[in-house]
Formats: sequence, structure tokens, C-alpha cells
Amino acid sequence: MKPIGKLAALAMAALLTATACGGGQTPAQQGPKPLRMTIWTSNEAHLKLFNEIAAEYKKTHPDVGAITFDSIPFENYTTTLTTQIAGGNAPDLAWVLENSAPDFVSSGALAPLKQTLAKTFGYEFTDLAPAATKLWERDGELFAYPFSTSPFGIFVNDDLVKEAGQKTPRELIKAGQWNWDNAVAIGAAVAKKGKAGLVVRDFDYKNWDNLASVWGGWGARAWSEDGKTCGFNSPEMVQAMTFLHKSIFVDKALPGPGTIVDFFAGDAAMTITQISRASLLEGATFGWDLVPLPSGPKGEYAVIGQAGLGVLKNSANATQAMDFLAFFTNPANSAKLAAYFPPPRTSQLTTETLAKSNPKLKPEQLEEVVINGIAKATVKPSHIGQAELSQTIRAALDPLWKADADVNAVLDGVCAKIQPMIGTS
Amino acid sequence: MTLTRTRETAAHRAVVSPYWTHRRRDNLVGYLFIGPQLIGSALFVLLPLGLVLWYSLHEWNVLAGTFEFTGGDNYAKLLNDSNLGEVLGGTAMFSIGLVVFNLSLALLLAVLLNQRLRGTTFFRTLFFSPVVVSLVAWTIVWRFLLQADGGINGLLGTIGVEGPNWLRGDATAMVSVIVVQVLKNVGLNMVLFLAALQGVPRQLHEAAQLDGAGAWRRFTRITVPLISPTILLTSIITVVGSLQVFAQIAVLTQGGPGVSTTVLVYYLYQQAFQFHHFGYGATLSILLFAIVAALTLLQWRMRRKWVLYES
Repeated sequence: MKPIGKLAALAMAALLTATACGGGQTPAQQGPKPLRMTIWTSNEAHLKLFNEIAAEYKKTHPDVGAITFDSIPFENYTTTLTTQIAGGNAPDLAWVLENSAPDFVSSGALAPLKQTLAKTFGYEFTDLAPAATKLWERDGELFAYPFSTSPFGIFVNDDLVKEAGQKTPRELIKAGQWNWDNAVAIGAAVAKKGKAGLVVRDFDYKNWDNLASVWGGWGARAWSEDGKTCGFNSPEMVQAMTFLHKSIFVDKALPGPGTIVDFFAGDAAMTITQISRASLLEGATFGWDLVPLPSGPKGEYAVIGQAGLGVLKNSANATQAMDFLAFFTNPANSAKLAAYFPPPRTSQLTTETLAKSNPKLKPEQLEEVVINGIAKATVKPSHIGQAELSQTIRAALDPLWKADADVNAVLDGVCAKIQPMIGTS
Repeated sequence: MTLTRTRETAAHRAVVSPYWTHRRRDNLVGYLFIGPQLIGSALFVLLPLGLVLWYSLHEWNVLAGTFEFTGGDNYAKLLNDSNLGEVLGGTAMFSIGLVVFNLSLALLLAVLLNQRLRGTTFFRTLFFSPVVVSLVAWTIVWRFLLQADGGINGLLGTIGVEGPNWLRGDATAMVSVIVVQVLKNVGLNMVLFLAALQGVPRQLHEAAQLDGAGAWRRFTRITVPLISPTILLTSIITVVGSLQVFAQIAVLTQGGPGVSTTVLVYYLYQQAFQFHHFGYGATLSILLFAIVAALTLLQWRMRRKWVLYES
């Protein structure tokens, strides 16, 4: 054998030894089965509540070992989760963001839940609002529990608005004048005084799906209901985007690209975000309010972001995981979770239940934004292959975020790019 | 008597272990020494390389848990990928910009800091220090500085210049990424050049000076040829490094605006880890491997033409 051959043989032998040691399935574990759930919150209060629910579950379920909640940063959540799945280290349960819902639901990665939930004693499966479960269903089967159905609203820094000599949104609502034109007028007036006007939180001129909270007022959609036709160059979208472009670059009512502004630090008059952000107002030194999205040319509208909780079908402990999910989301625990995550249960979508768990928000705020919001809302756009679509749209929309942009041409460009991607789905 | 006994002992040894000759023992010891490294390389370099090739022949849907052999489909997709042209163009622009700017600045700094002046040690440390700073921390700080209302534009504002929105303009985004990367790593090349410059014999310069050669002429005719092996080394390191840039793009621009700063490695990451096309991602990494190998080979071949005094 030539030296190079010997070397190769040695390497091969080393490789085989190593893979023999590390490869293969570990034998089924005896005794209590541990469960792991990936989540994107690392909020201490959230984790405390989850751990309490888990501890209570374990009291009656000795077959389940440690239940761990694995926090993954929000920005890379789906990427990290899929990488864990690819690496053979999938969790037993996972939160799924609404924008990756179609991918997870259609691929068969999640285990069907309907039977387990429906037969769990006292679960009241029929209490789940159809509008909330729609995104997580396929062929009449439910693949994830919509544990958070969080409407978009506008948080207002009333102090800044008054300093700029403007009527507050609350006053405008009472006068029946809470619309986009007036919202932008407030933003522009505050911006002239030196602080920022209106911030679409988390948009940052990249995460365009957050703009659904704006263009909904014009009745615009990213794509048609069946997901096959691009909606970016529809007349409604062109009007909405023209309005937004003017508000940013002419009225300066929204901070421009590349500017970092934090409403919750008191740097902006208003921010569009989900109501679950109310916790950031802890210790706020300014007077604030929460109001519904302003009405657009098409009247009043609402947009919600959702998150589902599913069981990975290939989990070795899928049965236990489903049983735990049924416990985690039963009526009693759902009411506890409602403190942070608006529940999908119609019986709990009442001002009284929500007020108990959201002490920061007034009954009228809950009524206007949460209850009415969930009833009439559309969910943020999502589609099969969302990550690639989202990136393509982000790149195609970039030319819009310049003062001299040709709105029509950019939006036509978006559709030219994505129509071939969605037309065949 | 003594002689006979010695012969017997030798014969005995030969009979007991005819296999373990000195040569074989030496070889075994040698293999044992390289063993740990060899196992490590096989497991963490050769095996993944082989697997990447294997994955590139498959369509791997992570969510559905399917892994299907598709033959050359991914390679056909590579040829028909409408984004690839722009991505490769961006990659080339980044690499060329980075290599030219990095090497010229490193050489300039090295020449300046090779003078016998007070304070050169301070400046050598100053320019080298970014090399030891964490890459992500460095890039995040620069992201803040390059914001529309960030530190750079604030500084420009004090002299009455309205700076552009660096990370959002097609041309300025690429330039910004290159400059941030060069400032991070220029110190390493500078130190290598400095070491090479100090190896240039002083008497050659003196002789040339006596013959009437000016400073520029001495630099191009004496210094550059003598440090050419170092120029080769730094250019290979910088070219290969420029093709692997990822964190800077991920932190500063995420490939935007449009796809102007989407370099090949970032595109590969998007395809594999964001869009879940692991098979196609593997195919792109084969392309990257081929490009790096070809460029390195080319530079190595060309060294005969322009590298002098190679030891």
C-alpha cells in the first residue's frame, strides 16, 4: 500500500470509529420523557408563567420529565428552528410565527392536534374562534394552536402631541376624525418640533409585512385570497404606497430610512405595533394612550399578528407533547396566558377577562383595539415559501425608499419578481 | 563468546518480532503523532466536504423531512438562476475593491511606519488593534456610525456637508461594507508587510541612492521585488478571505439595498438557511469552493512571473 493509501485507510478507519460511536438513534429512553419547547420570548414574567404551568402539569404526569422552554432570539427564530430540525435536534413543541405558518402547516412537519384537543376533558375545543384557527388548518385538521392573536394598534405619546399643538387621537376619535390624513398631520407637526412623528415599529424599511397595518386602510393586499395573484400593483396598493411615500419624504411624518427611533423611550409621537408591547410602557414618564388604527379611504380596518403552538410530528415524545399542549392551552391556562397573549377563545375575549390580565390597559382600549380588532381583522400576509418571497419583495421595494422614487414603477417591479414565484403555487 | 551471544540475541529478537522493524516503528510513531489532527480533519473538514457534494445532488426539505435524489437538478438551477449574475457581480466588486484597497493601504501604512520616527510603535498598535476586536462588535458599532443620522454624518455636518444615507444607497452600501472590512483587517497585512520591509537590506538602498535612484525608483525597483513573496501571501489570504465575508453583510445591510451587497456566501446562507433550499445551498457552496480553488491556483501559477527571491 502506498503511503497515501495508508493515510486514506487510516482516515477512513477513524471516521468509521467516530461515526459508529456518535451515529445512530439512541435507544428509546426509559422513565420520564423530557419535553422541549422553542419560544421567542425571553421575558422573565412570560417564562415564570410557563414554568408554573409546566410544574403543575408534572404533578399529575410522572411520565413526563423536565419541561424546558428554549428561548431563541426573535430575529432569527424560524431560521434557528429549521436549522435545529435539519440538524436532527428538533424540539418537541415549537412556537410558529404567522409568516411561516403556511410552510409549517403544508409541509407536514407538525402533528395533527384536533383529535387530542377535542377529546381532552374540559378543553372546550369549539370555543376556539374560527377566524383565529384559520391560518393553522389544512383539510379540516388543526396543526397548531393560535396561542397569541395580537391586534395592531397605535400607542400615542399624548404629551408630544399636545406640545405640537395638535388634537390627540382620542379627541379625534370622539370627533369621528381619526383617519390617516389626520394621523399624518399629527406626525408631521411633532416632527417639525424635533421629535419623530409616527413609527411603524419593526418595519425598519425591511420587514415590509408590517406595512399591512397601513395599507389595510386602502383595502390593499400583498396577494389575492388564494395567494396566486400579486397585489402590489393593484390600484389600492398604489394609492396606499403613494400616500405612505409622501408622508415619509414630503410631510416627514414618519422617520426616514436608516433612522433608529424608539417610541417607548419617548422619542416619537406614535407607533404602530401589537398590543403585547404594552409591557414596554412599564415606568413610562409620559402620558400615553392606545387607539385603534386610523380609518383609511376604505373605512375602518384591523390587522392582527398571530403565533401558533405546534407539536413536531417527528418528535420521539409527540404523544406526551400533544397532551402537554392540551393542558398548556386549556381554558384555565389560556386565561392565565391572556395576560400577555390575546387568546383565541371567544368566551375569554371579553373586556372583563382581558382587563383582569391587562391591568395597564383601560376597558375602552381593550374593547376598541383587542375585541373589535380580532373580530374584523385580517392577518398579516403569509404564503407558502414566505421567506424567499419576503426577501424578494424586500429587495424589490428598496428603490421605493428614496425621495425621488417612481411608486408605480417600483410596485410593478415587485409583481414582476414575485408573480412567477406565486403564480404556480 | 561475547560475539556469539550478541548474535544469538539479535537472532532471537528477529524471530520474536519480525514485523516490528525500526522503520515500521518509526512509521507507527509518526502516524500516532499526526493521528489526532488527521481524525479531526477527516471528521470536520473532509467528511463535511464530501457531504456537501452529496447534498448538492439532493432536494432536502427540512420541514417535510424528505431527502430525494435529484441528480444534476440543482446544478441546472444554478445555470438558470436569474439572481446569480448579480450576486457574482456583487461578489467580484466586493473582492476587487477589498483586495485593492486593503493591500494598498496596508503597504502604505507599512512604509510609513517603517520610518525611524518617534511614535511609530503607537501607530503600529493603533492600526493593528481592530484585528483583535470581535468582528460582530466592530460591525455593529459601524452600523450605528453609518446610520442616516449617525456619527459619520454628524461629523460631516459640522463641516457643512450633508452625508448620504450610507447603508441604503446602491453604491455607498458596497463602499461602506468594503471600508468597514478593510479597517478591521488592514492591520494584519500591515504587520506582514512591515516584517518584509525590515528584511530589505539597507545597503541595497544605499547603493541605489549612490547610483542616483530617487525614492520612487528605489521603492519600485528594490523594495517591491524584494517583498513580492509577502505580496503574494497577503493577496492570497485577502482574496480567499474576501470571498468568505458574511457577518459584515448580515449585520450591516442584509444583502441590500436590492441585492447590491448580496455576496455569494450571503446568498448561499439565504438559500440554505432562510429559504430552506439546503440542496441548492450546497450546490452554491460547491461553486464557491471551485472559485476559491481556481483563484488560488491562478495566483500560485502566476507567482513565477512576478514573485522574485522566493526561498
